[in-house]
Amino acid sequence: MRLSQLEVGQSGIVKEFTDLEMSVKLMEMGCLPGEEVRVSRIAPLGDPIAIQVSGYQLSLRKREASTIILQ
Amino acid sequence: MDTDIKVALVGNPNTGKSTLFNVLTGLNQKIGNFPGVTVDKKTGVCELPDGRKAQIIDLPGTYSLYPKSRDESIVFSVLADRSNPLKPDLVVVILDASNLKRNLLLYTQVADLKVPVIIALNMMDMAQKAEITIDVNAIANKLGVPVVPISARKGEGIDKLKEAIAFANKIPLQEDTIDVDVLAPQLIATIGEELHIDNHYFALQLAHQHETLHFLTPEQSERIEELEKEFRFHSQKSQAAETIARYNFINDLLYDTVTKKETAQDQTISNRIDRVLTHKTFGFVLFLGILLFIFQSIFAWSAYPMKLIGDFFVWAQSSLHHVLPSGPLTSLLVDGVMGGLSGVMVFIPQIAILFGFISILEDTGYMSRVTFMMDRIMRKVGLNGKSVVPLIGGFACAVPSIMSTRNIENWKDRMITIMVTPLVTCSARLPVYTLLIALVVPSRNVWWIFNLQGLALTGMYLFSLVSAVTVAYVMKYILKSRERGYFIMELPVYRMPRWKNVGLTMYDRSKAFVLQAGKVIIAVSVILWVLASFGPGDQFQQIEQKYRQPQYSQHFNADELHRVIASEKLENSYAGMLGHAIEPVIRPLGFDWKIGIALITSFAAREVFVGTMATIYSVDGDAEKMESVQQKMQTAKHPDGSPVFTAAVAFSLMMFYAFAMQCASTVAVVYRETKDWRWPAAQFAYMTVLAYLASFITYHLLR
Repeated sequence: MRLSQLEVGQSGIVKEFTDLEMSVKLMEMGCLPGEEVRVSRIAPLGDPIAIQVSGYQLSLRKREASTIILQ
Repeated sequence: MDTDIKVALVGNPNTGKSTLFNVLTGLNQKIGNFPGVTVDKKTGVCELPDGRKAQIIDLPGTYSLYPKSRDESIVFSVLADRSNPLKPDLVVVILDASNLKRNLLLYTQVADLKVPVIIALNMMDMAQKAEITIDVNAIANKLGVPVVPISARKGEGIDKLKEAIAFANKIPLQEDTIDVDVLAPQLIATIGEELHIDNHYFALQLAHQHETLHFLTPEQSERIEELEKEFRFHSQKSQAAETIARYNFINDLLYDTVTKKETAQDQTISNRIDRVLTHKTFGFVLFLGILLFIFQSIFAWSAYPMKLIGDFFVWAQSSLHHVLPSGPLTSLLVDGVMGGLSGVMVFIPQIAILFGFISILEDTGYMSRVTFMMDRIMRKVGLNGKSVVPLIGGFACAVPSIMSTRNIENWKDRMITIMVTPLVTCSARLPVYTLLIALVVPSRNVWWIFNLQGLALTGMYLFSLVSAVTVAYVMKYILKSRERGYFIMELPVYRMPRWKNVGLTMYDRSKAFVLQAGKVIIAVSVILWVLASFGPGDQFQQIEQKYRQPQYSQHFNADELHRVIASEKLENSYAGMLGHAIEPVIRPLGFDWKIGIALITSFAAREVFVGTMATIYSVDGDAEKMESVQQKMQTAKHPDGSPVFTAAVAFSLMMFYAFAMQCASTVAVVYRETKDWRWPAAQFAYMTVLAYLASFITYHLLR
């Protein structure tokens, strides 16, 4: 299951990343393995999405969200 | 300035770092540049409780010492480079108490550089509201650094923080956070040995960042590159491992010092506001409404102060004319320099109001929602959600807007944004448009509320957005980029704007505009004055002699004679000759040599157009005589008796001004931001070609 496949309101636990470069950035922003992520909204045009992670809201594009694999 | 210690502020974005900076330094602020890079350097002076003075340096907000944008790259250089004159004696790391975990990552990196450090724990009030309890003393003990809880917004804890700064140790006493050596043991040891670096984390950072660091010699950088190959160092893998290690340390630290009540987070106020503001339809309607409101306000609220400034300069110029002896020097000072100065100063209200709004939108957190909503559309045309801010700012002035593209991490997105921002109708085009529209569009209402002139102006504004987007779309296919675009961005919680910050931004930006644009406009005004006031040979004397003959002095009164002479002198001046020289080129656009002069002078700054028109049509050269410039232009005739300013000519001119890169300040700032003269050159070329084509088509369609 990838983060990009979640609907609004659904959540999951980060397991791993498929893209090393992206993972470094995401982890620095607090989105790291073991952390719970929840999709809080999707932009009006369907992309990007906003997720709730480690106590704050992060926005990222669907393509970027698809590099995050959930447990 | 004489200060006793240097203190750097470091922290994540949206942690209230600039608020704290403003609280500490008040109006004792200076904006400069970091040497060698175009990153704004904000410094200020803070008086400490023991009577000493501290120089406070506000470093750009960043999530880690590994830079993602040009602004962020400065942080490591300032903190670590021993030869940097700005190297702080003490670092204050600002942490958002309501999101300690992510904020502590940067702290652990800074701490491992072994610079003296203290922690300012900001937004304690927010943390309490979110029912987070923090054992401040336990954290301070575990980390081995002073931790001062503050609320920068409310000004709480600031005195304590100043005390902590005053009594901070000169040597780093903090505990180690992670075992840096395991990440690349041999590499760290060898770099440390060869470059004489004791600090292991600094050595590791050099391995990561050596390519972009200015304080390393090329030989040093090459040597590090060699060593990396030798020890098979993989920068990103090492960064990933480091980040995970740091979070493990942070989790251990927070495990028994921070407790958080598990509450349903979904219904926070911020979330409810977002439901409306980023709604599928409401979101865009509201955004459009806010934009409309901003533009209405820019025009409505600035009218009165602009008139005051204009009046002041008219008064100053006429009184100087009275006081000073008449002669070329007085004329240069009063008509050249003062005239140019008034052209700049008159835009201050518009710039200040626009930046007031932009800073409110950014401060409240709404701007990042706009970025969030618009990213999809902007990406289609080769831009980025973050391009929205410079494009909107472009409505005021391209100069600060191009400076604000620095937070676009992606190189290609940033370049396209820089290239198209000057197409957006800036405030300097406004006087040109209003003058020309008033000339040819009747002031009549259609459908009761819409004024025809207002509609024409709105049309020009919308047209500029469409052309910017179209050009961006084309450039998307021209520019090649190896870099990948990404859009990982924090959406901060909504907050009330901090009015003091808003005020300071308005002040800073207006000052920057006056200094940046002012120099150029004054220089151009002086050159224009020289070109228009002198001619080759003794032609000027001949003209004066001609009009001294009785047939003229009897028919005209003194005023009229004065104007006729001025007009004929202009035609025979160097400026007039230039205008005649380019007439064959601009004739297909419907322009004559007089408009030609205005076009040439406008290449320095667009707003010069009105002043030049005023001079050419021999009205006293001040913008306050707008009515009479308009009347003169209305009655201006070609030698064959046909009017000069037909609708075709006026719209053709507007099209020219819509596209042409007529702004020396923008050219300068594009060079400064891209560090390559080919960018401003390409921009100038494509915009001029577009201007000529658009103007040509418009003239022939309407003729």
